[in-house]
Amino acid sequence: MRRDECFAALAAVRDSAIVVATYTSAFEWERISPSGLNLPATGAMGQGSSHALGLALGMPGQRVFVLDGDGALLMNLGTLVTIANAAPKNLFHFVCENGTYEANGSHPLPNQGAIDFAGLARAAGFPHTYTFDDLETFSAALPDLLAREGPVFITLKVVPGPEPVKYDYRWMHGDATRTRFQSAIDALA
Amino acid sequence: MACAEDARVTDLAGPSGAAIIAAFKAAKVEFVAALPDIWTSNGLLWPLSRDSELRLVRLSKEDEGVSICSGLAYAGRRSVLLMQYTGFLDSVNAIRGAAVEYNRPVCMVVGLLGKEADREAAASAVYGVKLTVDVLAATGVDTVFIEEPDDVGHLAPAIERAYATSRPLVALVGRRVEA
Repeated sequence: MRRDECFAALAAVRDSAIVVATYTSAFEWERISPSGLNLPATGAMGQGSSHALGLALGMPGQRVFVLDGDGALLMNLGTLVTIANAAPKNLFHFVCENGTYEANGSHPLPNQGAIDFAGLARAAGFPHTYTFDDLETFSAALPDLLAREGPVFITLKVVPGPEPVKYDYRWMHGDATRTRFQSAIDALA
Repeated sequence: MACAEDARVTDLAGPSGAAIIAAFKAAKVEFVAALPDIWTSNGLLWPLSRDSELRLVRLSKEDEGVSICSGLAYAGRRSVLLMQYTGFLDSVNAIRGAAVEYNRPVCMVVGLLGKEADREAAASAVYGVKLTVDVLAATGVDTVFIEEPDDVGHLAPAIERAYATSRPLVALVGRRVEA
């Protein structure tokens, strides 16, 4: 299924959720669901879910979505155990599995296609895990999975959509993006 | 002769874990993200793990803690990352991006396991200890040294400064923390 169509389905039910998105997902998510509550700036590859955990623990009344990459998750695989142990009820960890390091030339992940990311999350202690490879099924399941008590882990098996991703790293890492995010967070209080 | 010297060095008092916990609370810290370090284990990590006013977030790897602390800061909650210098060195890329380049108030307490009590960390014969000091100097991160019991007094003001200026902080613990 196409990543942009998955994101459009998620955006439709986002409400006021904070969204921490990483690299290619961050650019595509901002195009589909622009908001001050988007945090694309996570400093180093793999760190998106850890930023999200801090936000989820700090704001327990606020839903927090992570839009992670499969390569990024491999770089911080212990995060699954840390999140499962901290057990934030408001954290939803989406992983876009495309089997490649898309932002770095689309080289394949080690053991591409043979990794069960939801299985890893389940083994780490996540109480609810899902894998979707069909947009219709994912869209239909969204209300139910978002009603679950977190942490919830969702693998989305995706391919890129037709629109080229614009990699604007100056925007991603710039002060203005983090200031926008902080202002939006402050406005929630 | 060597034994006598070792005894003299061992007798030097280290900082108090209770005083460090009190400093965290004085600086309005609510969360501690941590991986164990034998330098701070008995005196600090075990006591704070039993402290109902602090929430301990047990980590799988230290660099997670850099980002967790940054996320908490966005939410207006103060935190400290507690780790050994080996974890600091392993986390340098996260510190580079998520703390230094992003100007985030990530406060780290770093145990210098094996540092000699009678010499400065920068002059340590322990390669990792000296490297930590050298790397920290290269990052430009605000650094305070906690060696003797009275040094704990620098901690709360340093944490306040980190949040007031939105800059990271490292407190290097140069002696074993006492219970």
